[in-house]
Amino acid sequence: MSNSQNERDNKKVVRYNRWGYIFLAPFLITYCVFQLYPLISTVYNSFFENFRSGLKTIGPNWVGLDNYVKLIQDGDILKYAGNTFILWIIGFIPQILVSLLLGQWFSDVRLKLKASGFFKTVIYLPNLIMASAFSMLFFTLFADTGPINSLLVSMGVIDEPFSFFSSVIATRGLIGLMNFLMWFGNTTILLMAGIMGIDVSLFEAAEVDGANSWKRFTMITLPLLRPILIYVIITSLIGGIQMFDVPQILTDGAGTPMESTMTLIMFLNEHLYSKNYGMGGALSVILFIITGALSLIIYSFMYREPKKKKQAVAKQ
Amino acid sequence: MRRFQKTLALSLATVMSVASLAGCGGSAAETATTAAAPAGTTAAATETTAAATSAEGSVLNIYVWNEEFRDRVVEFYPGYEKVDDATGKIGDVKVVWNTTPNKDNAYQNNLDETLLKQEKAAADDKIDIFLIEADYALKYVDSEYTMAVKDLGIADADIADQYQYTKDIVTDSNGVLKGLSWQACSAGLIYNRDAAKAVLGTDDPAEVQKAVADWKSFNETALKAQAKGYTMCSANDTYRVYSNNVSSPWVVDGKVVIDENIEAWVDDSKALVDAKAENSYDLWGDDWGKGKYEAGKVFCYFGPAWFFNFSLGVEDKASIAAAGKWGFVVGPQSYYWGGTWICGATGTDNPTLVSDIMKTMTTDKTVLKDIAVKKADCVNSKSVLADLASSSDGNVAILGGQNPYAVLAEGAEKVDMSNVSPYDQGCNEEFQNAMKNYFINQSTKEDAIALFKKKIVVKYPELKVE
Repeated sequence: MSNSQNERDNKKVVRYNRWGYIFLAPFLITYCVFQLYPLISTVYNSFFENFRSGLKTIGPNWVGLDNYVKLIQDGDILKYAGNTFILWIIGFIPQILVSLLLGQWFSDVRLKLKASGFFKTVIYLPNLIMASAFSMLFFTLFADTGPINSLLVSMGVIDEPFSFFSSVIATRGLIGLMNFLMWFGNTTILLMAGIMGIDVSLFEAAEVDGANSWKRFTMITLPLLRPILIYVIITSLIGGIQMFDVPQILTDGAGTPMESTMTLIMFLNEHLYSKNYGMGGALSVILFIITGALSLIIYSFMYREPKKKKQAVAKQ
Repeated sequence: MRRFQKTLALSLATVMSVASLAGCGGSAAETATTAAAPAGTTAAATETTAAATSAEGSVLNIYVWNEEFRDRVVEFYPGYEKVDDATGKIGDVKVVWNTTPNKDNAYQNNLDETLLKQEKAAADDKIDIFLIEADYALKYVDSEYTMAVKDLGIADADIADQYQYTKDIVTDSNGVLKGLSWQACSAGLIYNRDAAKAVLGTDDPAEVQKAVADWKSFNETALKAQAKGYTMCSANDTYRVYSNNVSSPWVVDGKVVIDENIEAWVDDSKALVDAKAENSYDLWGDDWGKGKYEAGKVFCYFGPAWFFNFSLGVEDKASIAAAGKWGFVVGPQSYYWGGTWICGATGTDNPTLVSDIMKTMTTDKTVLKDIAVKKADCVNSKSVLADLASSSDGNVAILGGQNPYAVLAEGAEKVDMSNVSPYDQGCNEEFQNAMKNYFINQSTKEDAIALFKKKIVVKYPELKVE
């Protein structure tokens, strides 16, 4: 009796499994067609010399690792990686600080902020504007004869127009500012969700013990927010490595001044002018490895630390 | 209440659909009547083309990047009936305009892909005519995808009246002519008359020309303009003047060569930018465009005839152009800028019609004169230009009534474009981009040139640099 029932259950399980596969199929098929196949063909292409010269296609000729050697020997890839990192970090630091502050304020029941729904929407709005439109706007605003310059001159802050796009610091700063403006709303909402997920009784207990708000923030909110913070950092980092539209439009693809705002993807885009699948592929594979490695490092770094602390506590 | 709303919605929808259908009917009838008129007046021409093309394809595909050529064909090609913006009819043949904007190389990318598939395409999908610009002309001309003009039945005698440089640009490496243009875009220096009065004490073209007759005097005038509070122009304005007067092409035997005259542009411009007599604004940007107004304090622009009506903001009443306060002179060196060439695509199924369009639009003197007068193009015909130079038809309002055609014709004779290479577009763009870093003091000249060479190899992996 019980045996036959088990068998029947097993059959049911098997049948359910089949449905599981069917439900998974759409994702798997789309993934294979639009992700896995391009990924593999990118790696495959990176071993060939294959580009367009005028209307003639040169290649594909097998060249082994030549494309990689060329990329690394030129050394520009390091410079562009450095640029990308700098541009990301000057946008990310203010972004995470402001988002933490706003997230804390919005989720603090005691502050009783009025119209917080309205402000949550407003800070998210810049994200809805296309990055290209946003950088066109900034390009016009900060042009030599643009409104910001005429404002500064007429207010007497500067004597003659300051050429923002001739200065490395100003150009990079503007790109960082744009990325900050576009993404801090998004991060705020993520962090707020994380903060609201923390058990209120912990805060209450801390308050009873006499912890001030700074202590509550650093000793309770931050440690418990860790998983969300890791998520935010990793997604922002991956987004940062892929930074393209803002600097591309702002500098018209040239990465002026003197390539100081030339990112890795802008470099990749340059190879597409000659439809250079070989070099483009090799660069993409390198980017893939960098992204994977950085994500792994951050992931392991952020997760290992609390375990160590726990062990230390246990030992004591 | 519900029911009332439903009825109201239903009746409104009915009214709307009826109205739109009625609109359709009306416009169709209209096009029929308007189309009938020009067809009647040019019946003879229509008949000949119709007869000639009856054995050929029924669809003529024309690849363009803007409406310039389309407008001219619609207005001046005898027998063209407009159906809508993207289609038309010549006799029994349906004309399809395939427009892809130039931005980010989109036009060429699209054209390349379609040309590569040309052989396998169905007859009605084959490209019949496509347009090209000088900077990348050789890319197409020096390939088997473009038909020789001779093979289209256009003889040398037909095009004797055209300027030599317009033929040099579209002649392939074997000396075969493969495209024709209706424009001869010889260009010159367009100066602000008020600025000329303030700086030189006169706005008389002959006197102004003396002050900018060569680069030495041009540079001196620029410094004088600076002293009076004017900026001469942008360093990028003068670039084409220098780059058109080089003694060797950008690429020789697969190697990139920087010509002496290009180096001269770098050195002259750097000196002027440092002295604040020139700026380094990119062409077409807002900063660059400020000079179209008196308050912009710009002495001059460089440009050809199409620049007068398309690029000086004449539609804005506050602009200098609207007041007719520009003047035109040759400037330091003769050069040309822009222009569109018509090419027949290999494999076209309408060779007779392609040939007739090319011939009519670039050699028919009545058509060319019409284009010059109505569209202010500097047309590619020595005799029509000579005609215009000596008649009041050639007076241009934005130049305060000055007749620039004698100067334009003289310039077109002097332009020498035997030094074109298929890499001009990329080289010119990258060189200007790289040198901007030097002008704004963000790099040394050597570093800027090294940057240019690096970029060129990325754009054209087959090229070598030192």
